[in-house]
Amino acid sequence: MNCMFWYAFPLIVSVSLVYAGTRHEDVGEILKHALRVAISITGFMLLVFAILCLISMQVS
Amino acid sequence: MADNNESPATELKDPLVAGVLAWLIPGLGHFYQGRAAKGALFMICILGTFAYGLYLSSGSKYVRWNGKEVLADVGWGRAVYFSFRPNDWRLPWLCQIGVGFPTVPMTLLQAELKEPILHGFMAPPPLPDVDPLKNGPPGVAPPPDEKPPAPAEMSLAWINRLLPHYFELGTVYTMIAGLLNVLAIYDACCGPVAGESGKKEDDMPEGKRSAAMEEAKS
Repeated sequence: MNCMFWYAFPLIVSVSLVYAGTRHEDVGEILKHALRVAISITGFMLLVFAILCLISMQVS
Repeated sequence: MADNNESPATELKDPLVAGVLAWLIPGLGHFYQGRAAKGALFMICILGTFAYGLYLSSGSKYVRWNGKEVLADVGWGRAVYFSFRPNDWRLPWLCQIGVGFPTVPMTLLQAELKEPILHGFMAPPPLPDVDPLKNGPPGVAPPPDEKPPAPAEMSLAWINRLLPHYFELGTVYTMIAGLLNVLAIYDACCGPVAGESGKKEDDMPEGKRSAAMEEAKS
């Protein structure tokens, strides 16, 4: 599937792991925190996506 | 609660040296401090993101010229370059230098050279010899009947035409890698940001903690 959204996936993984890595020293804690951060980023992006879709439907 | 003076959560060896090493190569400062797991994590994540950004902004594509298909080669790693020329202020470079050694020497060298080396790797694209007020900004599409140039002469307009979206994606990836390394440098200098980490180590059961301390003493 040639969809530009897939390019967000490696970035979300990388950003969440590095961000969590600066919060903990233990690898297990880092992974748990990274999962929470990844879910938050994805949720926020989906929210923005939904808002933009609504706006574009209103405009067109 | 354990006394922080007895068993500090994180021992940071030479924060200044570790910070400089972390800037030069992501994760190297943590390896220097003996924090190998975090060093490997930062190195893989940050350098992986940076390398993928370089990959996205490299490549070649067949284009139609003079009635036949011609292979147009963009060159390698075009999303990262140093340029503060009139009409071409490459501000993403300020974020990309967060990665340190993989960016700074090569971009500065290529900006100084008249003929780019290494297949145009991190070389600034030449600016078109036209008046932007009459012909538009440098990123506009080149005329369809123009022959694809060699990678060293590939202008920004050609790069955008041959790598639609991917040049911008490569720029975003490399910028984010540089910015993520700023967090890693802070971690190498000052340790984990105060939060849950200290609490978790202190929560270790008393028996386990004393056993660990005895093991460390022996």
